[in-house]
Amino acid sequence: MKLNLGLAQINTKLGDVQCNLERHLNMAKQAWQAGLDLLVFPELSLTGYALQDLVPTVACHPEPDDPIFRPLLYASREIDLMVGFVEEDARNRFFIASAYLSQGEVLHVHHKVYLPTYGLFDEGRFFAPGNSVRAFDTRYGRFGMLICEDFWHTSPPYLLWLDGADVLLFASASPGRGLNGEPKLASSAWVEHTNRAYAGLFTTFVVHSNRTGFEDGLNFWGGSTIFDPDGKLIVQGPYFEEALTTSEIDLNQLHRTRAQMPLLRDERPELVQRELERILNGK
Amino acid sequence: MENNLSIDTGLIRKILTEFLHTEITRAGFTKAVVNLSGGLDSAVSFVLATEALGPQNVLALRLPYKTSSADSLEHAQLIADQFGSPIKTIPITGMVDALIESEPEISDMRKGNIMARLRMIVAYDQSEAFKGLVIGTGNKTEILLGYTTLYGDSACALNPIGDLYKTQVRQLARTLKVPEVIIAKPPSADLWTGQTDEGELGFTYEEVDKLLYLLVDRRYRPEECVEAGFEEKFVRRVVERLRKNQFKRILPPIAKLSSRTVGYDFLYLRDWGT
Repeated sequence: MKLNLGLAQINTKLGDVQCNLERHLNMAKQAWQAGLDLLVFPELSLTGYALQDLVPTVACHPEPDDPIFRPLLYASREIDLMVGFVEEDARNRFFIASAYLSQGEVLHVHHKVYLPTYGLFDEGRFFAPGNSVRAFDTRYGRFGMLICEDFWHTSPPYLLWLDGADVLLFASASPGRGLNGEPKLASSAWVEHTNRAYAGLFTTFVVHSNRTGFEDGLNFWGGSTIFDPDGKLIVQGPYFEEALTTSEIDLNQLHRTRAQMPLLRDERPELVQRELERILNGK
Repeated sequence: MENNLSIDTGLIRKILTEFLHTEITRAGFTKAVVNLSGGLDSAVSFVLATEALGPQNVLALRLPYKTSSADSLEHAQLIADQFGSPIKTIPITGMVDALIESEPEISDMRKGNIMARLRMIVAYDQSEAFKGLVIGTGNKTEILLGYTTLYGDSACALNPIGDLYKTQVRQLARTLKVPEVIIAKPPSADLWTGQTDEGELGFTYEEVDKLLYLLVDRRYRPEECVEAGFEEKFVRRVVERLRKNQFKRILPPIAKLSSRTVGYDFLYLRDWGT
């Protein structure tokens, strides 16, 4: 099966959800007209990234009666969408979230489980951490979503792999940093390196949508990518510029790669479980 | 030794011009004002601003005092002419002398601070007249060492080069086609005749940038810097300067009383809503 994918590498207006929503709807329309099946937006694409005390004012609910999600769900009747937002739960905790919308339904919501609170990051001050990592079924196969710091840790991609995800959808608002004399910032090089590694190690597709633009002095570097199950780069968006980057991916590549590289077949999660229990029980 | 101060100037140029363009336009402006001292840092900030906004939208200011070197004025003119920006010369001698005449015992340091702060006043006044934001010209070395006048040359609306060490600014200057005569001359605040940064600081930028890179960027402990080959006395001096000048790098602390206080728990980016 073929999947026509779009990476919505956008800039956002900080704290202006309505304005960002318009941007999403316009881009969804453009992507649908271009014949795409799925459009993937970056982390916090509906709100902007460094929200700080704006968090409670931009939160929404991924429900059909939510004024932000209603038009997005409507648009998802034509094209599947993955969007980034702040979710406020029933107990008024705030999460960095991604939602997968398809045919007017919310198929899955992921809450960011790792909130970087070090260096230039302060997410743990403003957000609650998510508590689960689950794959989910779509009409194109079984997918998994993660948000930025989630995939700087190896366990969430590993869990999604074991839970059946064949396409990993990663969203970021990654601030560019790290000078080293190379024509690529150290942060960009690292993310590309690890995403490629996940694709090859798990013999899956790894799709990464990263935003662009500035917030005060922070630059967001774009450079969104798709890697195939062989770890081969299929397409990459430009650095630092807004773009709709598209590519058709051939899901049958999973068959071809795994026929000669049976890493999934040979993986031994029960061994991992046994050893983890031993480690966690201190034996 | 892990000590890489080389930068890809093409990449940095792209990020910094985009930074200036984005952050100035989202604040509702299209123009900028730069105090051109005739030195390297202001030349680099100026060229980046011309690339971000177009040369006609960047006002080059020359603000000489009577003791300012002729070279400073000439080099400022050279760079403004090379890029075709409007230039304005406003001598600060009358303003400075009006202040210092009544203070016969005044030190060079005090005079220097007065000059730096009067230049700030003129720049901000021209900012209003030209409807352009004041672009900062302080580099990472001087910010870390506190080699700057608070509310003087450190005052600006935004600073493109504050995360580049002096030696990195010099690399960028070559790519930006800053005239070699400006790149090659000894760095000086030119606040009194014969003043040079390196003479006043007591070490060279080349030495201190390598040390600061280890201390700040690589988080080396002072003793590890000594092990890496730096003289212990030099390391201690620089560490102490770093600590003592923190006050110049933050907003003045507000005494906290209420449940929400500016600076502690009233947290928004400047780009809030834009």
